[in-house]
Parts: sequence; C-alpha cells; structure tokens
Amino acid sequence: MTTTTTLSRMQLSQHLKRLESESIGILREVVAEFRNPVMLYSIGKDSGVMLHLALKAFYPSKPPFPLLHVDTTWKFRDMIRHRDEIAARYGVKLLVHTNPEGVARGINPITSGSQLHTQVMKTEALKQALDQWGFDAAFGGARRDEEKSRAKERIFSFRSAGHVWDPRNQRPELWSLYNTKISQGETIRVFPLSNWTELDIWQYTRAENIPVVPLYFAAPRPVVERDGQLIMRDDERLPLRAGESVQMRMVRFRSLGCYPLSAAIESTAATLDDIIAEMLAMRTSERSGRLIDSDEAASMEKKKRDGYF
Amino acid sequence: MTSGAHTEVTVSPAGAGGPEKALLRFLTCGSVDDGKSTLIGRLLYDTQLILEDQLTVLERDSRRHGTTGAELDLALLVDGLQAEREQGITIDVAYRYFSTARRAFIVADTPGHEQYTRNMATGASNCQAAVILIDARKGVLTQTRRHSYICSLLGIKHVVLAVNKIDLVDFSGERFHHIVADYLGFAKALEFSSITPIPLSARYGDNVIRRSGHMRWYEGPTLIEHLESLDVGEGLEEKPFRFPVQWVNRPDLDFRGFSGTVASGRVRPGDRVVVAGSGRESTVARIVTADGDLSEACAGDAVTLTLADEVDVARGDVLAQSDSRPEVVDQFAAQVLWMIEEPMLPGRSYLMRIGTRFVPARVTSLKHKTDVNTLEHIAAKTLQLNEIGFCNLGTASPVAFDAYPENRETGAFVLIDRFTHATAGAGMISFGLRRATNIHRQALLVDKSARTRLNGHRPAILWFTGLSGSGKSTIANIVERELHALGAHTYMLDGDNVRHGLNRDLGFTDVDRVENIRRVGEVAKLFVDAGAIVLCSFISPFRAERRMVRELVDAGEFVEVFVDTPIEECKRRDPKGLYARALEGKIKNFTGIDSPYEAPESAEVVLETRDGPERAARHVLDALREQHIITY
Ligand SMILES: Nc1nc2c(ncn2[C@@H]2O[C@H](COP(=O)(O)OP(=O)(O)OP(=O)(O)O)[C@@H](O)[C@H]2O)c(=O)[nH]1
Ligand SMILES: [Mg+2]
Repeated sequence: MTTTTTLSRMQLSQHLKRLESESIGILREVVAEFRNPVMLYSIGKDSGVMLHLALKAFYPSKPPFPLLHVDTTWKFRDMIRHRDEIAARYGVKLLVHTNPEGVARGINPITSGSQLHTQVMKTEALKQALDQWGFDAAFGGARRDEEKSRAKERIFSFRSAGHVWDPRNQRPELWSLYNTKISQGETIRVFPLSNWTELDIWQYTRAENIPVVPLYFAAPRPVVERDGQLIMRDDERLPLRAGESVQMRMVRFRSLGCYPLSAAIESTAATLDDIIAEMLAMRTSERSGRLIDSDEAASMEKKKRDGYF
Repeated sequence: MTSGAHTEVTVSPAGAGGPEKALLRFLTCGSVDDGKSTLIGRLLYDTQLILEDQLTVLERDSRRHGTTGAELDLALLVDGLQAEREQGITIDVAYRYFSTARRAFIVADTPGHEQYTRNMATGASNCQAAVILIDARKGVLTQTRRHSYICSLLGIKHVVLAVNKIDLVDFSGERFHHIVADYLGFAKALEFSSITPIPLSARYGDNVIRRSGHMRWYEGPTLIEHLESLDVGEGLEEKPFRFPVQWVNRPDLDFRGFSGTVASGRVRPGDRVVVAGSGRESTVARIVTADGDLSEACAGDAVTLTLADEVDVARGDVLAQSDSRPEVVDQFAAQVLWMIEEPMLPGRSYLMRIGTRFVPARVTSLKHKTDVNTLEHIAAKTLQLNEIGFCNLGTASPVAFDAYPENRETGAFVLIDRFTHATAGAGMISFGLRRATNIHRQALLVDKSARTRLNGHRPAILWFTGLSGSGKSTIANIVERELHALGAHTYMLDGDNVRHGLNRDLGFTDVDRVENIRRVGEVAKLFVDAGAIVLCSFISPFRAERRMVRELVDAGEFVEVFVDTPIEECKRRDPKGLYARALEGKIKNFTGIDSPYEAPESAEVVLETRDGPERAARHVLDALREQHIITY
C-alpha cells in the first residue's frame, strides 16, 4: 500500500502541492492584513509543517512574525531541545510564556488534574500571552480532521474580546474571500492546516525533510503502564503509584503534549516511512493518546470556547 | 451493471500510493432532517474511516443523544457541536476528508434549517458538486429548492439528487420516479450540466457504497460509484491569466516581488501582463518560490512574481494577461445573498472584498429579489436575512473582475458591515454596468447629480459658527469621523488649513473677516459641486456673510450649526489662551471682547454646551438625516 522510496521535492504529489499552496495563501493573507500576528508553535509535527510553510510563504523574506510557545513546564525535555534548535536554525524569533500565577499556585497535571492544569497552564497562559504582546491574529496548527468540533471551525476564526469562540455564530466564510476585519480588542485565530489530514502531514514531512521531535520515532523509553495507557517517565516528577514500575519499552508518540498526559504506543517505527506505514494500518485515532480529550463529553469544544487552541 | 459488482470498496487514504486522482469537493444539502449528516456518517463508516476509539465514542453518544433507538446514529459522527448533538440538528458546516481507491474527497455537510442558510452557502462556495437530499416521504420542499438555487448561483454544475429514506417508502420505484420528475421540472431553469438521481437509504447504507438488494428496478450507479467517476473539469487553468496581488514581497532594496495565488490561467517568464486597474504593462521576469524559480505557474499555485519594469503595483491590484483583460468598472450588476439579521439597505455603505482588494461599496439599486420556490422575480426595497436579490452596486473606485459564471475566482465578492465587521453578504457579479475608464473621457457629462448618485449621499456645507473656544472644531471633527465611517465623502475647512495658505494675506479687520468668509464660501461651493459634505468651522460673527455663503449653493445644501456656548464658558475654557491675551489688550478685534458676534436667528441646528461634544455631533447627524443629506 505504501511506497518506501523517499520522495524528492519534485515528486510532491498534486494533492500535497494544492494543500501547500492553500496554506501559503492563508499565511500571506494574515501578514498582509494584520498589525501584529504571531504563530503558536507547539513543537509537534503540525507546528513543524506550519513553520516550514511560513518559511516558504514569504521567501525571500523571512516570516514577519514571531513564534510563541506556551510552556506548561511539563513538556518532554526532547521537545524543549527541539524547539530551541529549530528557532536557532531558522533564525526566527521565539517567545516563551508560562503562566506565572499557575506556577505560584503549584498547578501541575498530576495533583491538580489534567483539566485544571490544561485550563490554567495552557488556555489561561495562552490568553495572557496574546494580551501581553497585543497580538491581533494567531496562527494555530489545528486540523479539521483531528476532532469533530474542529471539523466545524472556520479557517479565519473570529474571537470576541476575551478570546471567546461562539461556535453557534461563526462568520460565513465563502470562497477564499476571508473577512479579516475586527474591532479593537477582538482577535482572529487562523488555521492554515485546516484541510490537511494526519497522513498529509506525515507525507509532507517526509517529502520536504522537515525535522521532527525524536519522540515520534520508536526507541526504548522508560514507561509506566497506567489505566491501560503507557506514560513515559520523562523526569522524577512523575510519582509511581503502588504496584507500578518503570519499564523500558520500544515506544513512540503520535501526538505530543504534556508528558504525563500523552500516552505512548508500542511500536518499532523508526523512520518516517515506518510511521506512515504504521499509521495506515492503525485502527485508533491520533488523539486517542491525548488524555485531556476524554475529560468530559464535548470537551474539545468547551476548551475551545474558553480560548484553547 | 449488475448488482454486487461494486460491493467492495478498498480504502486507501489520499496519496497513499497508486495513481494520482483528482480531489472532488462536494457538499450535502437539502431540507431539515432529510438525512444529510447521516449520509456523510454512512460514507465515513462504510469506507472504514471510523477508528476504534471513535466508534466507542459513537456508541456512547448514540445511547445519549441518538435519534435512532438502539442503532448507531451516524449523524453524530458529523454533528460535532454540543448544541447540534443535543438538538439533533446541524447548525454549521462540517468538513470531512475521506477517500476510496479511486478518488479523494472533501465533503461539506451543511445544515438544512433555513436559519443557517449562510452556513450552507459557506460550505457550497468551494464545491464542484452537490448531493441534494430529499426525504422520499416528503418529496421536494422549499429548502430543497432554496439550496438548489443557491448551488446554481454559486456555479455548481453537477448535482446528485439523492432520494433518501427509500426504506421508509418500501423501496418504491414509483415514488422515486415521481419525485425525480417533480424535481427536474423545477430544476430545468437552474442550468446544471448533470443531475443524477439515486434512490438510497443513508441509515441502512443502500446504494451509498453497497448496492442495494431491495431495488432491483434501479440500474444506475451507487452514490460512491458516481462520485468517483464524476468529471467536473472546471478548467480554471485554461482561462485567461489572473493574479490578485496579495502581498508585496520586499526583503531588501534589490528585490521587489508580488506574492499571490494564481486565480486562473497560467503564466511564464516573458509573458506580457497588465496591472488591470492602471492599464500599465510589463513583462514577467521571474516566478520565485522557496524551491527555486519556476518555468510556469498555473491556477492554484502560490508564487511570487517579479516584473521587468518598475510599475506601481500594490496589494489589491490584479495582474492579468495583456491580451485578455478583466473588466474594470465601478458599477456592476450582481446576485447577492444576504447573511445578517439587519436588512440590506440600498444606499448604505459596506466594505466589499473582491480578490485581495477591500473597497467601500454600496448597493445603488435592488432590481428584484427571487422567490426560491418559483424562481419568480419580486419587487423589493430591502433584502432580509437569507434572501437573494439582483442588485446594482457602485464601488468607491474601479475594481477588476470577470463575470462569475466565467470565473469563480475573480467574479465573487463579500460585503462586510462597516460597524460590526460581520460578513453581511455574498455576491456574484453578472456584468459591468459601464466602463470606469469612460467616465474620464466623458467628463462633461458628469455633473453634481451624477456624483451624488455615485456617492450615495447628497452634498452639503455644514457651517459651524460660534465664539472662539465654543467647541466648533471638536464637534466638527467628530461629525466628520462619523460621516467618514458611514462612507460619506467629507472635507474639513477651518482656520488652520485656510489661514495658512489661501487666506494668508488676510488679517482680522472686519473687511478681512468678510473676505475670509467669502473665499471659504467659494471653496466650500466647489466641494459641494464635487459631491462632498464639507464641514466649515469659522467663528463667522456676521449674519450677512453666513447668508452670503448660504446663497452660494442650492436650497437644502447649507446647514448652519450654531455652537451656542456662552462667552463666560468660552473664557473659562480659553484653550489657546486667546481670551486672556485679548483681555490684556494684546489681541485686537477679538470676537466677544472688542468685536461683536451676531448669533444666528434661524440656524438649522443649535447645540448647547451641556450636550457634550459626542451628543452634539449626534444631533448634527440626525439633522443631516432629517434633511435627507444622508439616508443611513
Ligand atoms: N429510516 C431512515 N431514516 C433515516 C435515513 N437517513 C436519515 N434518517 C434519519 O433521519 C433523521 C435525521 O437525519 P440527519 O442526518 O440528522 O438529517 P440532516 O439532513 O442532517 O438534518 P439537518 O442537518 O438538521 O438539516 C435521523 O434520525 C436519521 O437517523 C434513512 O435513509 N432511512
Ligand atoms: Mg445534518
């Protein structure tokens, strides 16, 4: 079903070329219309593709906006290393924000619970950062195929003052005639990868040789088995429950977030080709390893209404 | 075609190998509860795109919100918003991605409720084909017709008439043929190139992906067979080259490129192109991309062009093939779908987005609206939410376009409310009303009334009179700001911009004061002739001079605004320290101190101090409305 030859740039399929062009058009539109845009950089595979597209969109200019990483202080160490490497390699400006109140209150994914942690360290932190720097447009790497409430969202997604999304009252979005007009205090979230699927992301990453965090590739890693999920013990902060032990297993991640909230899968996929082959055979969705998604029914929509990406 | 021939569909996501297939973008539409979401859910389910964890969630959701008893409610796979699941309806469009061995698809599941028509139009605007569902029990309904009409307006050429819930009418061929005949009768006016009727059951999967064993009488394709083989060839690449400039790429002084996406046609280095608006020509020098220069770019490609000559090009301009240019006009006729609660009012100014250009525009006249049931034309003064009308529109400056039926990329526009910034209307241009370039050649034919028609408001002099420090300029500034926001053409004349130039030679003696006002009056008259609303703030202490200006223009074109602030208050404010100096005798002939002020006897507007400048400005605007100088 899959070919294992490495695609060179010239072989980028029509399908991927069309997606690439659409995304580039969206990126340029924001830069042409907004005063102070920012790109949310979450270090994962989607962010990698989005940044790569930005480097292409403005060539020979550099992307005229900074990257913003909202650091919950619970990201995998490999992710932080990758982030700093990428910023240095491409010479893009990287802003990092952590919610100081959350830190002061000692919020963490283990004792505070995933829901409160996400609310304070991700959603609130993001809103703080957007307000602090006065960004009027923010790029996010979300895709419509990820989740059913995301399948409903516009490419230019309007946020009223306070970063609120009103899914019942979205602006119509016809053709590619995006409405970029907002009033003081209002903002727009922009999703250049809206029409990409997970497979598109991996095939494009392979075709374009985009660097990704090593955690996507299988390697022996220290994990504990908890509630049927494999959680990597990235540092000493993850306490072991009674009867639990750390084992070295060949694992990798399909989706990366805070390490105690991202479940690994057992795998031997060590190359992009392996990942793609494995994905085509897989019978679970990429977000099944995201523990925060199953917090409550319709939880992604709720988080998004509160200002989550 | 025998049944069972195509029961197996092998699934392979887009681009997973095999020959490249053209993506098909289609939507499902039709009336409330006809089964649109269920059909998409069925397509996803039967192409095995629903993964185990999603299936677990679906089973749980079906128990909680399902409309199908003990069975899976496939609509819940697409109705992703909480409100949708609770109410069992679709509110906004969902985009889903799936593919078969033969083709990749993007499908937009749109809502059937009339209230959410704009979301249906959102979904339809980028589609090449439409699956219009009909509940076999109910037949063709108003929403079926409305959606069909919108699909046709949006330029969708290929329609599948999915007669759904056929299981509920005993798989009756008679019923099917009856509905199809009924629909074809209505749809013949809509100019679709193909209408393919298919009897199916979204809920049980008959004729969706699996050929039904219940309808031996039906020999046509299943839905998926038809969609896989549908040839929609739009041929945008074969149309004339159009390139709306999105962003000027200027990394340093040596490089000036124009970034954008080719809307139609193709372009190569060496091609002659024209900046549609200005008519300036040049030659394409390079097609720049991050992956190296290209020898050709075609419709859909995002590239950066450089030109051989230094021509003036900015965002919003359209580069076009020199020997096949778009029309450039400031008045045209278009179909408009209205999408906000507040009705569309002819005369009101909206912001139009066409291509990469934003330009103020107004509907100059509403020719008629269309009854979606009968397609009859009905006379109308306004367009309400979800209504469709045929309008003449005028733009503040000429725009380049092709008629929408010729080119979907360059013939579409949206209208944006200037206050709320809501996306208020979607338009498809039918034809230009006159060439903007002709206006210049026929200059003599353009008179005040022609300009007034174009501007959408009447010209006037707003004459603010009152003591020094009374607040004339402050209020006039607010009025001008508001008028500007309403899209009116304005200009401000006051001591600051007149005394330093035109009237530099005049002092403050009575004779000079009279001459000052006379000159200002003459200039204001020219602005009125140009169609503008000109705001003049001058102390203008003498009744006679004010009357003189009044008489320079037509009746109703002079609005005297008396800013009636008592002298005590003005002295107290004394913003420029002038009263203090006048009282010390350092300024001679100062109005109110050693020179008289004759208060107006019949000013159109009298403003009192306690109003405050914002309220005072509102009074002025109200007066302008009363006098029909502005109508919005
Ligand atoms: N018996 C039968 N029921 C069906 C069929 N298709 C849909 N239904 C049922 O009809 C009801 C409405 O289906 P939906 O898919 O939500 O309808 P819709 O057209 O998407 O509705 P809106 O989006 O709200 O306009 C549900 O209870 C479905 O299970 C069918 O082929 N046969
Ligand atoms: Mg529905």
